[in-house]
This record gives sequence, C-alpha cells and structure tokens, in this order.
Amino acid sequence: MAKEALSKGTIYLLLTLGAVFMVLPFLWMISSSLKSPNEVMAMPPVWIPSQLNWDNYSEALRIAPFDKYFINSVIVTVLSTIGELLTTILAAYAFARIYFYGREIVFAVLLGTMMVPSEVLLIPNFVTLSNLGWIDSYKALIIPWTASVFAIFLLRQFFFGVPKELSYAAKVDGCSEFRFLWYVMVPLAKPALITIALLKVINSWNAFLWPLIVTNSQEMRTLPVGLSAFTTEAGIKYELLMAASSMVVLPMLILFFIMQKYIVAGVARTGLKG
Amino acid sequence: MPTQPTWKNTLKACLYLLPALVILITFNLYPIMKSFFISLYTDYDFFNDVVYEYGFGNFAKLFQDPNFSKAMLNTIIFVIGVVPSSIVLSLAIALLLNTKIKMMGFFRTIYFLPFVTSVVAVAIVWGWIFHSDYGLINYFLSWFGIDPVKWITDPVFAMPALIILSIWKGLGFNIIIFLAGLQNIDKQYYLAAKVDGASAWNRFKSVTLPLLSPTMFFISIISIINGFKVFDEIFALFNGRPGPANSTLTVVYYVYQKFYEEWQFGLASAAAFVLFLVVFLFTVVQLIIGKRFVHYH
Repeated sequence: MAKEALSKGTIYLLLTLGAVFMVLPFLWMISSSLKSPNEVMAMPPVWIPSQLNWDNYSEALRIAPFDKYFINSVIVTVLSTIGELLTTILAAYAFARIYFYGREIVFAVLLGTMMVPSEVLLIPNFVTLSNLGWIDSYKALIIPWTASVFAIFLLRQFFFGVPKELSYAAKVDGCSEFRFLWYVMVPLAKPALITIALLKVINSWNAFLWPLIVTNSQEMRTLPVGLSAFTTEAGIKYELLMAASSMVVLPMLILFFIMQKYIVAGVARTGLKG
Repeated sequence: MPTQPTWKNTLKACLYLLPALVILITFNLYPIMKSFFISLYTDYDFFNDVVYEYGFGNFAKLFQDPNFSKAMLNTIIFVIGVVPSSIVLSLAIALLLNTKIKMMGFFRTIYFLPFVTSVVAVAIVWGWIFHSDYGLINYFLSWFGIDPVKWITDPVFAMPALIILSIWKGLGFNIIIFLAGLQNIDKQYYLAAKVDGASAWNRFKSVTLPLLSPTMFFISIISIINGFKVFDEIFALFNGRPGPANSTLTVVYYVYQKFYEEWQFGLASAAAFVLFLVVFLFTVVQLIIGKRFVHYH
C-alpha cells in the first residue's frame, strides 16, 4: 500500500532517516568513548576520533570495578534464567498435563497477579528480604526472579500443542512421566524455551530498580547500578562515561546480533515487554 | 490416562508446582496483599519491624502532598507525550517496512536495537546528546539558527527530553508488534479493495486500520501501562534526581523517594497502591472501549 502511495526512493529515504535517528546514539557513544578529552568537548563535534583512545576503558575500570560488576551481572543473569526455566518447565507441565483439583483456580489467580505492576511489590519484598537477612547478597538479586507467571503461561500454551499420543506411547514403553517431560516435552518445546530464556536474559541484564534497592555495597552492584553510580564517580568526563556505557550495552548488542531471529520472533509472538 | 482430577494427581501436581509456587507466593502473591497492609501503617518502625498505628492517614497525606499531585500530573503528561506519537511513528515505519523492500531485515534490526539495551546506559548516552554546550542535538539545532537549549537543566525542557528518549527506546517494540499485525492481514482484502478501485489511502483507512485495531489496542494498553511505570530513564537521565525543580517527578519516582530516600514505607505503599489502581482502571477502560470499537476477525 505504502508502495503505491510513495516511490521506492522516498521509502528508502524515510527509512534511512529513521535508522540514523535510531543508531546515532550508539555510534556517538562508541565514538565518544574513544576520544581524547579535548575532542569530546570539541565544537563542531568530531565524528571520528583522530586516534583511538582505548585508555578511556582502562581508566573507567580503574575508577570503578566494572569487571566485578560484569561478573555480578553474568552470575545474576545466568542463575535467574536457569532458575526460571526450571520452575517454568515443571509448573507448565503440571498446568498442561496433570489433572488436579483446583487447577483452573490456581492458574487464574496466578494470571491475575500479572496485572499488578512490579513496582507495587518493591516495598513488601524489600521488607521480606531484610527479615530474611538477604539484603546485599546474590540471593536477593536472583531468587525473587526465578519464577515468572508469564513464562509459565507461555510454555503451558506450547505444551498444549504437543500431541497426547506421545505421552501414551512413552507410558507404554515404560518411561516415567518425569523422564518423559525432560526427554520428550522439553526438547520439543525448544523454540518456546529459547524465547523465554532470551527475553529473561535481556530483562535480567538490564534490570535497574530492584538491584539498586537491594544492594548497598559496591561489590554487589550489577552493571546498570554500577554505571549509574559511575556518573557521580567519573564527574563530567564524558569520554569515560561513554566507555562505561559501552561496556554495559555491547554484550546485549552482540547477543542480539547472534540471536536476533529468536528475539524478534519471540517478541512478535508473545508481545512481552520489560 | 485419566482426564478427571484425582487426589493422587493433585499430590503429584503439588510436587511439580512446588518450586514455582514457593517463589511466586513469597515474592508475587503475598506482597500484593502485604503492600496494601503497609499502606495502612501510619506509624512504623522498619528496623524492628513493629507497627504502632494503623489507619488511612497515608492516603489522606498523599492527596494533600503537592508533590504527589505533581507526580501524577507529570506522569499523565509523559504518557500523553509518548504514547500517541510513538504509535503513529511506529505504525508509519511498520507500513514502510511492510512494502517488501530489500533490506527490510536490516532496517528492522536497526530499529529494534534500543529494545535490547540497558535503559540506564542509553539514558546516560542521551544525557550526553542533550548536553547544552557540547551535545549533538543543540549542534543540529544551531544549523537552523536555534540557540542552545538547556534540555537537562531547564524545567521546561526536561520533560520533552525524557519523552524523546522514551519514544526512541520504545519504537522498535511497537514496530515489531505492528509488523506482526500487518502480516496477519489477509491479502485478499487488499485485492478486493483494489478491484473496487480504492485508493491507497482509502485502503489504509478502510482495510488496514480496522483489521489492525486489535494490535493497536494491545500496543496502547501496554504503552500506557509502561508509561505509568517510568523510572529508570529519569534516574539515569537526570543523575539520580527527578529532573530540575521536580519537573520529571513521576509516580514511581515518588514511590522511590518516599520509600528509599525518606523511609516512609506507609506513604510509599499508599502511592504504589494508587499506581496499581490507575493501571487497573486504564486496563478496564481500554477493555470496555476496545470491545466496542475493536474489530476482531
């Protein structure tokens, strides 16, 4: 439709203009992160640094332990993703394949909780974690995020689509239900599981408000929290700020370029956001 | 295999559900109720977890607090600033991408980039782009003879800066959803309209828009709800403050201030509860309007 209303050239022109608007902040971030202090503040702006100042990265690392933040982010992201996958697989199987009393009610109550913004849970969860003595620990960063109603819902839908005959056949062959779940259902549900895992990784890596609140010490900070603190630590040295921002952004951009097919398809299918 | 619930199955299901339910009950279900109770704590000692007094005082206090009204108003301005323009822009881009041009995948990737990146990091980058003396935006504006704008430090321009950042961040998500919606529309409708001699605009108005209304409906709900929850962007763009002169103080930011900076758990929970009610209300209103105008096929 737009093809007839506009010429091909116009379409490309508009899309390219939009693309420049989308990508410029990233290019500007990387370019600024490699500039000398003088070039950063140059007016008119210097687009490409005359020489690549990789020192900005080591300087940022010297001021704040981004390597430590990075390890924390990796630990939190990996463990909460594995945790969520495990709890989701078990729960989705129960909701899809086991006929038990109260199944519909329990599921409806869980779905209902999805309407509550997570910001509402912040204060009571903080109180719970302080009572448990978990504040400023990996447990606080990981355990509350190891189950997701949305993921259970998604996988349950997928499990519904697996033919029941498979489980009859497995039973005849003497395969236990638990083994059947892990050796037949889980491999079949790989596309759904990859979607769940990738969206979880993105959300977990970028999470800010929760880690901000449950961490006190520098050693426990994740990358976004460390980066936010760095804005005061680095002062007004934009080349360092941009180097630090690049360290936070680039891992997810790389993951996106590798797994882009799954991420885009996952978002289009689930409409899951943040 | 049984298709009727049995006690044996119920016991088995409990084992399968146990890990998920322990987490969800502790960190999702229980806090929903607890949150309401905390909002009734009018005198609370957090360090010893002792409540001296209950009541609705926090809600009264909340509605008398000019900062809370300001936060509510700012949040509404933010939603109005972001949602319609983001929907129009992303629909336009999705329509352009849907023309089966070459490089469609490439463009889609580019538009989607902000979605996967940390809000904090990109907000810091945008803070640099908005810099009043050395920022890119003011440099571009200088081409048109416009004097430098103090995006981050002037209360008038802080909200527009926040809105620009948020539109940029959310565009890719909406585009992907719109593209999926567009690709679901049966090509035969267009063919029929074409045979009848409908112009491109008429086909958009009478075929695309009505058939896209469920998608539009879904995106509006999600965008409004997410707009009401804005926080990370503000914290990072304005360096841990709610903008100059509270100009970007939003409801979640207010909750954060009362909770984490002032340790007024009761008041913060009351504000969070109001946020929940507003989000809930919008969902219901949208559902009612959606039922009347949305065309499901």
